[in-house]
Amino acid sequence: MEAVFTNFDEYLKAFGLTLALFAVSGVASLIWGLVLATLRVGPVAVMRAAAAVYVTLFRNTPLLVIFIFMAVAAPKLGYNFRFVEDVEVFGWNVSAFFVRSCIALTLYTSAFVCEAFRSGVNAVPVGQAEAARAVGMTFMQSMRHIVLPQAGRAVIPPMASVEIALAKNTSVAAVFGIAEATATMRGLNNDHADQRIQIFILFAIGYIVIVEIISLLSHLMERRSRVAY
Amino acid sequence: MAGSVLYDAPGPRTVARHRLYTLLSVVALAVFLLLVVWKLDSEGQLEYDLWEPFVTPDYLEALFVDGLLNTLLMAFGAIPGAVIFGVVFGVGKLSDHWFLRWPSWLVVEFWRAVPVLLSMIFWYYLLSIGDGPLSALQCVIIALTLYNGAVLAEVFRAGILAVPKGQVEAAYAIGMRKTQVMTTIQLPQAVKIMLPALVSQCVVALKDTSLGYAITAPGLTYIGEQIYTEFRVNQVPTAIVLAALYIGVNLILTAIAHWLQRKYVGERNPIDLTRVGNQQGGAAGGGMAAVP
Repeated sequence: MEAVFTNFDEYLKAFGLTLALFAVSGVASLIWGLVLATLRVGPVAVMRAAAAVYVTLFRNTPLLVIFIFMAVAAPKLGYNFRFVEDVEVFGWNVSAFFVRSCIALTLYTSAFVCEAFRSGVNAVPVGQAEAARAVGMTFMQSMRHIVLPQAGRAVIPPMASVEIALAKNTSVAAVFGIAEATATMRGLNNDHADQRIQIFILFAIGYIVIVEIISLLSHLMERRSRVAY
Repeated sequence: MAGSVLYDAPGPRTVARHRLYTLLSVVALAVFLLLVVWKLDSEGQLEYDLWEPFVTPDYLEALFVDGLLNTLLMAFGAIPGAVIFGVVFGVGKLSDHWFLRWPSWLVVEFWRAVPVLLSMIFWYYLLSIGDGPLSALQCVIIALTLYNGAVLAEVFRAGILAVPKGQVEAAYAIGMRKTQVMTTIQLPQAVKIMLPALVSQCVVALKDTSLGYAITAPGLTYIGEQIYTEFRVNQVPTAIVLAALYIGVNLILTAIAHWLQRKYVGERNPIDLTRVGNQQGGAAGGGMAAVP
């Protein structure tokens, strides 16, 4: 136990980095995933196919292989993202490692985000849209008042699963030199061989707290958006 | 939901506009692909030398025998244990006794919320490093068993709950005991419902075996690393080959899952597996989900 408590600021910093990875790639994958989902339900057949190919490829590739692409293969092509280390915003700057990890996590997660959005739109019964059209609503009206509100509700549970998976997936960045929670646990395990079980449980609790907060938030959102049938 | 329901049938102007969009998208995609190929070529990544290991029998043997075979071994070594774990704790969560229900809940929630990599590193340090009793490969199997078992416990639970209530009531009515109802009525039907989800979980396990890279367990990613550290120059081709192998195997597994779904579950919506870690939340799309 005291291995963690004497290094408690390191523990907090590690989970801070985990949360930073989660937040940046979470936002980025929501945006990129929404773009993909729009293409997948849009009117242009070529783009529908392209988005479907993207989702299939990235969903079936292990995240670790995508990290190998970003951290090992991309620098060989001249993409090492070193330039971000010269950029400073309000006294903060990020490492190239961090940016590469976020890109890998975003590319991977957005495929799942796209599927979550799509399943949300698919969950709206066709009859709802037909009824909206039948009472004379235009495309925009039926989307705005009928389809999207219901789709938004249906999207919450699968999206929560995606976000929870992302929070846990940030651990893969540990393999490629980011001192986030999992890498920090590994370091402590190296130094304190007699306390491995306690160290593991304390780091596991950190992740469990993050996961439970996401799942609690999604429960609250679901409850707020629930309607009586 | 079909998009066509939302629109009027497109008139000539809309058709022309869509044709323009299609043309623009084709051009954009083609330019993108050409740029990728041009970039690979200008960086010398398409040279035969870099790709030679992947047509050399010795390296192919390493990739397929030491790599792919071990990867499959780890994935399918974890699945039987995960199924047993899943049945025990899935049924445990449905128990009428609080002293079975609460510990089952705790165990399932714990292993579901902990990243596989964290648990893998923990087992590796606890049981394998130095002169520990287990190999790194066995540690990967332990970590995957616990994680996938916890996910499957939820799948089983949802599957058991998806068995129509009338079945259970009928069984009680003809005088069956609780255990009899579970083993002869609920579980067999639940297994049929969740068979596709089980195969999808194999995809998840297969993808997660790649994390064995972090604890030097043999497998595709580990062999890949050895290849690009030996040659020093062919990281890009190695990464492409690794990705292609994983995608190929996963697509085969996904096809099997779809086939099982059609054969045993029909077109009926799969059971609702919200927050099972099922990526589609069981909401739609056949439950062929894979957790990242």
